[in-house]
Formats: sequence, structure tokens, C-alpha cells
Amino acid sequence: MSVQDQPNDAIGTESAALVQTRVGRPDFGRASIWGPPLAVLALVIGVWYLAALVILEPDRRFLLPAPHVVLAVFANENTRVDIWVALLNTAAVAITGLAIAIAIGVVWAIGMSQARWVERSLFPYAVILQSIPILAVVPLIGFWFGYDFAARTIVCVLIALFPMVSNTLFGLQSVDRSQRELFLLQGASRWTILTKLEFPTALPAIFAGMRISAGLSVVGAIVGDFFFQRGTPGIGSLIAKYGSRLQSPELFASVIVSALFGVVIFVFFGWLRRRAVGKWYDVS
Amino acid sequence: MLTTRRGAAKSLLDFRDVAMTFPDGTVALTGVDLTVNRGEFVTVVGPSGCGKSTLLRIASGLETASSGTVELNTDRIGYVFQDATLLPWRSVQSNVELLAELHGTPRAQRAVKAKEAIELVGLTGFEKYLPRALSGGMRMRTSLARSLTLDPEIFLFDEPFGALDEIARERLNDELIKLFTEKQFAGLFITHSVSEAVYLSTRVVVMSGRPGNIVDTFEVPFEMPRDPEIRFTAEFAHLIGEVSHALRGGHN
Repeated sequence: MSVQDQPNDAIGTESAALVQTRVGRPDFGRASIWGPPLAVLALVIGVWYLAALVILEPDRRFLLPAPHVVLAVFANENTRVDIWVALLNTAAVAITGLAIAIAIGVVWAIGMSQARWVERSLFPYAVILQSIPILAVVPLIGFWFGYDFAARTIVCVLIALFPMVSNTLFGLQSVDRSQRELFLLQGASRWTILTKLEFPTALPAIFAGMRISAGLSVVGAIVGDFFFQRGTPGIGSLIAKYGSRLQSPELFASVIVSALFGVVIFVFFGWLRRRAVGKWYDVS
Repeated sequence: MLTTRRGAAKSLLDFRDVAMTFPDGTVALTGVDLTVNRGEFVTVVGPSGCGKSTLLRIASGLETASSGTVELNTDRIGYVFQDATLLPWRSVQSNVELLAELHGTPRAQRAVKAKEAIELVGLTGFEKYLPRALSGGMRMRTSLARSLTLDPEIFLFDEPFGALDEIARERLNDELIKLFTEKQFAGLFITHSVSEAVYLSTRVVVMSGRPGNIVDTFEVPFEMPRDPEIRFTAEFAHLIGEVSHALRGGHN
């Protein structure tokens, strides 16, 4: 093959793709990225103000404190510290739970991918696990494991496990038949096929599962807080406390902080996925 | 014993009265006799679904024939799939090294092997590219290079260029012939393109529709390496006509 005929084959196609990227996604700067969500935020705050200050009479405004009243909560140092410490405790539970869910989920799925009969034996229980109304078994978990960190972490794991199992299994099973045969023709062992073919193929799906499970484990940690108040309770306990005392500005502030924490985790795992597989996999 | 057999045997691949019936009752092949000798490039043409690919899968050991005997007198087999089957997370270099890696070849040695193979298929300079950045033709070249690292004595091709456009396909045909003359491997090549079959091979085998069996065989008289211009000669057109005719006969 001579040097001149290469451009037809590859370089031509590639530069065409580059041109297309430029045409297809014109760069309007940050405005095009941040504009739409900020507009929605402005709208939500507008409606919030309308409801809080126009629709509600002054003596009923505790039902929905106006945004600036909620923000004012953070000016109080004691409350600020309370929320911050509770958030850290929740984060510790959520991250521990997530790590355990990832480990169990990946191992469980790898086990099922090794043989049809293992999958048939174990997959129904993954589905059942996901179908259990978690709120109903939470009191049991308290009986069995106590009312502090361990119990809260277990709730996280139960809630976050299923997406890891199903995504990893789906990923492991999405290997092309011909790619598998390529390995089989060289007499590759099952372990080699798992580590050099199946597991790398599954990585995009595993990272997608992690992002879903991460969000769920934050929910799990907060649910755990509601029930298990011993040890170092997290932001869920704080929300329960503010709720029972009708401290609605503090309640709103805590809810917003936990939501922001969920967003941070979601963004982090999106970033991690792009870093890990974005080079060779189209991460949407 | 084994070495003498391997060295002395002229035929690399020998099918005798091979039949294949799948568990669902589909009869894919009946009574296939086919020999591929050293120095031969045999092409099998046939209508789709006639069991041509099954033939290759049996030859490579991916499937076992229901009856008949299959003799393969080498363990150095190259297998080129319909798609390039590259691992998308590996660079061209690393993809080409894969088979040697699976055989436990030391790192330095397989890097040298891969470098040679990459050069042979004209991909020097693209070693660090990921498959997604390559055209279909270049992916196929990478796939070829990967098999070349095994120094195959026989190459099995399962319609490898079927998905490429005409120009890329013709260029790869020329390069395959160049490799065939340089590296002296034997070839068994499946295709549904009659002109590709005649151009590439020393012998064209025509298969009938399901259940597949061999209905005709044509020796191709043109000398190797092929001059691309023979595509426009009367003899070439005539042979294509004959093969196409046999293929149509097989349909009915």
C-alpha cells in the first residue's frame, strides 16, 4: 500500500468527521450550556415567591418559606454546622454502602455470567431483592443489626444493589459472538476471556450502573437516618427533627443540601465514566 | 511422526463427505469433498444461507461436523471474521498483539511481530489509533495483521470484505494477493461476490443453496500475483460468466 492512497481510506473520513463536529455543534460559549437550566431555575424561584408571598397569607407562610428565608438559615452558624456535620455523616454511609453494593453487584453478576444455571438460580433473587418494599424491612434490619452506622449502611446496600447486578450482567453478556470465538480459537481460558474480553466490554454498563446506584445509595442513607437515630445520624434525622418542630426554613435548607449532594455524586460518576471509557465508548 | 506428516502432506485441509445437520434439524451441508493444498487459494461462492460459513466454522474447529472426516494438517490457522472483531479499548498495536498475547508470547517479541504485521498491511503510523478512529478498510487491515502475527499456514476468511465499499474491497483484494504471494499461506475464502472469487483465487468452488454441497469447481488460469488489469479482459469476464451460470444452476 502506497502512502498516497491512505487518505482515501482513513484520514479523509476522519477529517470529514472533524468538520462535521464543527458544523454540527457550533460553539456559542457557556451561555448555551448554562442558559436553559438557569432559566428553569429562575422560573421555579419565581413561582416559589409567587406562592410564598402572594398566595399564602402571612400567618400561613411557615408552610412554604420564601427562598430568601430559606437561604437565611445558612447565616446561622449553629444550624450551618448542624447541616454540614449531618451531611458528612450521610455521605460516609452512602459512600460505604455504594462501595459494598458495587463489590457485591459485580461479583454476583460475574458469577451469573459464568454459567446459565447459575444465572437461573440467582437472578430471580436479585429481582426479588429489588421488589421488596424496603420501608417494610427497615425495622427488621434495626432488630438484627442495631440502630446505627451498620444498619444505615445495609439499607443503602439493599437499595443500591440491583442496578449494579443487572447492569454488570447486561454488560458481560453484550460480548459479540465473533469476538468470543476469536478468543476460543486461540484456546483462551475462561479466566482470560473474563478479564481480557468480558470485563472490559462490560465497563461502560458497569459505570452506568454505578451512577444509578450512587443516587440510590444517597436516598438509602437518608431513609436509614429516618429509622436509625443512634450513633452519628445524618441529614435524614435532621430533616425528621426539623419536620416535627415545624422549622420549615431549616427543613427546606436540609432538603436542598441533600439534593445538591445527590447532584454532586451524579456528576462525579458521569465524569468518572467519561474518564474511564469515554475514549473508546460513546458516553451519552 | 507429526512433523513428517505436517511437512510431507501436500494438503493442509481435507474435507471428505462432510455433512452438517444442526440440532434444530436444519441440514446445512451434505456430502462436501474439498481439499486445500499448499500454495492454493480456494474461494467458495454460493447463495446466502448455503452453509459456506459453516464450512469454515467446521474447518477451524468452532463447530463439529455431524458426519464425514475433516483433516487439518497444521495448527497455525488464521481466521478472519466477517467483521473486524477488534477490541475497541485497544489501540491498533495492542489489537494486533492480542493473539500472540493469548499464546503467552513475551512482550518484546510480540511487539516485534506486531510491528512487522502492521507494516505488511500498510498501517505503519497508525499504531496508536483506536479502532473507532479508523475506516472500515483500515479495521479489516488491522484484523488481517492480527492473524498474520501467528504466521498461519492456512488462512480462513469468512466474507471479510463484504461490508466494504467497492474501492476499498478491490484494494484489499490486491493486498491480500500480495500477502498470499509473499507469505505463502494457503487460503480458504468465503464470498458471495463472483468477481472477487475469480480475482482472488487459484480455484473457485461453487456451492448450491441449502442444503449446501459443491456443484462445480473452476481452476483459475491467471498467474499470481494478479495484474489488476485482468479484471477488464475477456477471459476474466468469460470465467465470471461461467461461475455465475453454475451459481444460478445451483439455485434451481
